[in-house]
Amino acid sequence: MKFFRSHILIGMDTPSVLQGAKGVKEALISELSKKGLENEIKVIETGSLGFSGVGMIVYTEGTAYENVTINDVAELVEEHLVKGRALTRLIAKGKGAADVVANAEEKLLDGQVRIVLKNAGRINPDDINEYIANDGYEALGKVLAQMSPKQVIDEVKASELRGRGGAAFPTGRKWEFTYGTEADQKYVICNADEGEPGTFKDRLIMEGDPHSVVESMAICGYAIGANKGFIYIRGEYKLSIERIQKAIDDAKKLNLLGNNILGSDFSFDLEVCFGGGAYVCGEETALIESIEGKRGEPRLKPPYPPVSGLWNKPTIVNNVETFANIPQIITKGAQWFKKTGVEGSAGTKVFTIIGDINEKGLIEVPMGISLREVFENIAKVTKSGKKVKFAHIGGSSGNIVPEKNFDIKLDLATLANANLTHGSGVILFCSEDVDVVDYLTSISQFFKHESCGKCTPCREGTFRLDEMVKRLAAGNGSEKDITKMKELCEVMKRSSFCGLGQAAVNPFLDCIEHFADELRQGVKEEAR
Amino acid sequence: MACCNVDVESILNKYSPEKGNLMHILHMVQDASGENFICEDCMKKIAEKTGVPLNKLYGVTSFYSMFSTEKRGKYVIRMCESGPCHVVGAKDVLEAFKSELGIEVGETTPCGTFTLETTACLGVCAVAPAVMINEDVHGNLDPSMVKGIIEKYK
Amino acid sequence: MKNVNIKIDGKSYNVPENYTVLDACKEAGIKIPVLCYHPDLRQVGSCRLCVVEIEGQRTFQPSCAYNVYEGMEVKTNTKEVRAARKMALELILSRHPMDCLNCERNTQCELQDLAADFGITEVDFALQLPGYDIDDENGIIVREHDKCINCGRCVRACQEVQTVNALEFHKRGYEKIAYTTAGKKLQDTTCTYCGQCINVCPTGALHENDETAKVWEWIEDPNTHVVVQTAPAIRVSIGEAIGLDAGFLSTGKLVAGLRRLGFDKVFDTDFTADLTIIEEGHELLHRLKNNGTLPMITSCSPGWIKFVETFFPDCLDHVSSCKSPQQMFGALAKTYYPEKSGVDPKTIKSISIMPCTAKKYECNRPEMKDSGYQDVDVVLTTRELAKMFKVAGVDFAVIDEEKYDAPFGITTGAAAIFGATGGVMEAALRTVYEVVTGEELPDVNLTMCRGLEGVKEATVQVGDIPVKVAVANGLSNARKILDKVRAGEADYHFIEIMCCPGGCIGGGGQPRPTSPEKRQARMESIYCEDAQMEIRKSHKNPSIDVIYKEFLKEPLGEKSHHLLHTKYTKRDSNR
Repeated sequence: MKFFRSHILIGMDTPSVLQGAKGVKEALISELSKKGLENEIKVIETGSLGFSGVGMIVYTEGTAYENVTINDVAELVEEHLVKGRALTRLIAKGKGAADVVANAEEKLLDGQVRIVLKNAGRINPDDINEYIANDGYEALGKVLAQMSPKQVIDEVKASELRGRGGAAFPTGRKWEFTYGTEADQKYVICNADEGEPGTFKDRLIMEGDPHSVVESMAICGYAIGANKGFIYIRGEYKLSIERIQKAIDDAKKLNLLGNNILGSDFSFDLEVCFGGGAYVCGEETALIESIEGKRGEPRLKPPYPPVSGLWNKPTIVNNVETFANIPQIITKGAQWFKKTGVEGSAGTKVFTIIGDINEKGLIEVPMGISLREVFENIAKVTKSGKKVKFAHIGGSSGNIVPEKNFDIKLDLATLANANLTHGSGVILFCSEDVDVVDYLTSISQFFKHESCGKCTPCREGTFRLDEMVKRLAAGNGSEKDITKMKELCEVMKRSSFCGLGQAAVNPFLDCIEHFADELRQGVKEEAR
Repeated sequence: MACCNVDVESILNKYSPEKGNLMHILHMVQDASGENFICEDCMKKIAEKTGVPLNKLYGVTSFYSMFSTEKRGKYVIRMCESGPCHVVGAKDVLEAFKSELGIEVGETTPCGTFTLETTACLGVCAVAPAVMINEDVHGNLDPSMVKGIIEKYK
Repeated sequence: MKNVNIKIDGKSYNVPENYTVLDACKEAGIKIPVLCYHPDLRQVGSCRLCVVEIEGQRTFQPSCAYNVYEGMEVKTNTKEVRAARKMALELILSRHPMDCLNCERNTQCELQDLAADFGITEVDFALQLPGYDIDDENGIIVREHDKCINCGRCVRACQEVQTVNALEFHKRGYEKIAYTTAGKKLQDTTCTYCGQCINVCPTGALHENDETAKVWEWIEDPNTHVVVQTAPAIRVSIGEAIGLDAGFLSTGKLVAGLRRLGFDKVFDTDFTADLTIIEEGHELLHRLKNNGTLPMITSCSPGWIKFVETFFPDCLDHVSSCKSPQQMFGALAKTYYPEKSGVDPKTIKSISIMPCTAKKYECNRPEMKDSGYQDVDVVLTTRELAKMFKVAGVDFAVIDEEKYDAPFGITTGAAAIFGATGGVMEAALRTVYEVVTGEELPDVNLTMCRGLEGVKEATVQVGDIPVKVAVANGLSNARKILDKVRAGEADYHFIEIMCCPGGCIGGGGQPRPTSPEKRQARMESIYCEDAQMEIRKSHKNPSIDVIYKEFLKEPLGEKSHHLLHTKYTKRDSNR
């Protein structure tokens, strides 16, 4: 084996590529060979590093750089790799970037913890050996060698892991339903149809650590008695599709997937499916319909998928992030997992934080951190320097929280008590520059476009919400629009067929509660 | 009558004609068309091979926003109009695309090069506002960048 | 079946565990509003009119598609439930052209009834119509998309009951629409014109092309001799269509009413139904004797014919070459009848009253001109005839019964039962048995052919031959049988297939709303008519002897072949 004195990890996720990461990488390689360092220093592509611009980390010391351009490459190589001193002007700031990676399992300076993102940004996602070198597939080996399916389910139950896709259903209990259902065929599905506006955590997990998803799906298959799995990735995520497909192919080569995995009796096969651009397919039964090659309209429940899902067989559908927790729960144990988080909300939550802030990107924080802590410690300030006005948490169907309520803790129980949800795990911070009603038009437009049209309240309701909000935004509204909007939202929340229509109204109801004055600005003058 | 040159048979042969592969097949055929659509002839062949009734196939393709059965441009420009892009000026960028291309949303330029569409979140919100042109994503856009981006594809 | 204890609005009930909440409420005397629900279809719970509150559940549930369970507590009449239902209705109404007076469903529209029940006088949302063109080019079924409320009943009927897939939901959200392949006109699709979509449509979005005006015009014209035939199923459904009970048997009043309308002659399709039995019976015997293609399948039902031409063109050899009774009648009405009556065939307009929309298609098939003219000029459905009766003020409660005109007036019980599934089979067996064995059938009631099940099978001993038969109604059931025929696994001799559920009594031209109970009532009435008939076997009909003697000469003979038999066309299913 070749020995390199140093590795340079370069973030090659979609935004980094957009910002020139590929060019930087090529420049780096040619610069290294110019200096005759190509056999000493290896350049490795990795997933998102969470830095701004093109980011990279130089090992072994773990120095992190951000905003690197092609023009910086020569200087960086000369200074850091030849002369051995860090190029201070490019060192990553905020988020304690270097520490994020160096102290992966310890509490970080700014309150982050890395379980799900343990490997993301640390390893080359396209190299299964790096995953294995970082304890990858140890959990799968452990369950096959030492644990019965029942024990696996018990461990997952004991961890109190809950689904990270939005509904927060206890994962172990879900698995238990399917485990307990007799059937000649069962399926495992990974819901990677990440469509909630503002959310891209699942994409970064798949791009940065695809094997963690592959491994835990196999573990799930073993636990519930399924020999076939599908990863349903939204069609827009081309890089995720590539990475996951490569991970599956590599795992098959090493018999970590396929027949008689690692010499056991357990066989498990995995296939990638992709969506066609329909937000509703994030709803598990709509997703199942889509895999079956149908229009992605949700099914009646009951029966629920764990009892009757894909092709009417018992099926587990879990979110990418949920799955990514599993290997460490198995290797380190449920008790270890529960140490992070708060009562009733074990573990961490991955959020994407975006909006009018300087530090956009991915964070992983323990359950129970407050919204204010996220804002003040991680996001810090608005980019515009303006006062922050509200945060929209959980995507378009999530809740709008005004600044005065930022002390709310982001754990499941607290949020549920406040009738809120952290949904998909996105926090969009908006400053006082943002006109609430104008913002709502983008949400109403989204739901009008994405409603599948199956049920009346959602099909017609999203259409009418959009009509009324746009009327208010144009200053042509009436008082009636506001009262009717509230009435309609209350009905949609309880009477819609699936979660789409039920949750679509959240931001509207929140704005009616917290920003009534701004909505009233949209009432036509003469009608006021 | 064939109205495009997609070799549907070889795509269909690559994927076993089970219904579970339908989305895959539709993507492959559309990508191979070069004009970002699935023509009637291809739809018929897919229907025949997969056993999905033709009308149901149209029901499926018209449900998903990425598919089209009408000819589109060589490049489909899909501008994100979701909240995160909206609050950082996606509307202005969209206007710039419209005026630069001289078409409205849903239209194709007369030369058949570009189709302008709006789309829901592309999941690249860290670089909002963003646009997807076929498989490429462009982020951190402002209206002044639009001309340059379009030039690259001409 | 186990029972469970549930509470509805605080009162306790004990109901079978397979009940939906809707079933339980119905029995408890609570009428829940429904729109996407239909008793003939799989329930989807999408219109949200029937929502109820269930204790312990955050969201409302659709009562039509939610099963009861032990200890369930249902609330059907809370403020929130009422608000949710009314909102759903308002949302639908605001996307529906509320010009009821101009609609063919006025006063018979489920949406209109609900609006009245809810006391809706004003809708807060502005009227927004999708603005689709009306599709009526085919001349048979009219689709008015702007009246569609997306309940999906037509789609389920077309896809699941009939497996035709001419209709499917396209697009999504507020643009969602029940549509044809790429939005094509109906004549360019796989549509069989069965009209089951019309039967289940709650509004005026789907209806038959109304041709009554043309008929009135011919009746008015003194130089036109207008003859009318009535299908077997009409006499048990026309009463229902003008407001009487389902299954009301009104043969004599129907005849009297048609005379009041001004038809010159009122004939009975039952006569050519008897003739069909003779021709088809002989065809079967011919195939049996000469190693012909078996099983032989009936050809009376034009929706079924278009279905087999489209989806099973390789099986057309199995289909009897006999025309349907309507078309046999049409051919005779402009040949035999003029010969006998001296009326110039050029002046004859031949109208038929059918329970069927596909018959409108059949009469316009290019090959149906063997008399030298279009054999049947216009087909009216039961519903269209009801309109004529209403316009003319024909009151069935008062008018006296009258008899059909000669020479197509004497008929049998065997012909009467053509209207119900299994009827053609039973009629054929009554004749085949006696023709083959020369003995009298011990019991004329061959009850194994009767009933509304989708597929029935029986073996009947006819002399030395155990004749194996099958009967299917509804095209999904036809498909099951045809799959077997295609695979060479159908060892039947004779198969009866009817396009519509229950046979013609459930035809696409029949009164709405339809339900299994209504079809049951119509069917019972049909067998009642049969039992009352003096002659109950087709080959015993004296007029049949006469027509062979005077005109046709012999079954399967040259003249029969020319006037009473036909050919089929292979059609493309991939469209």
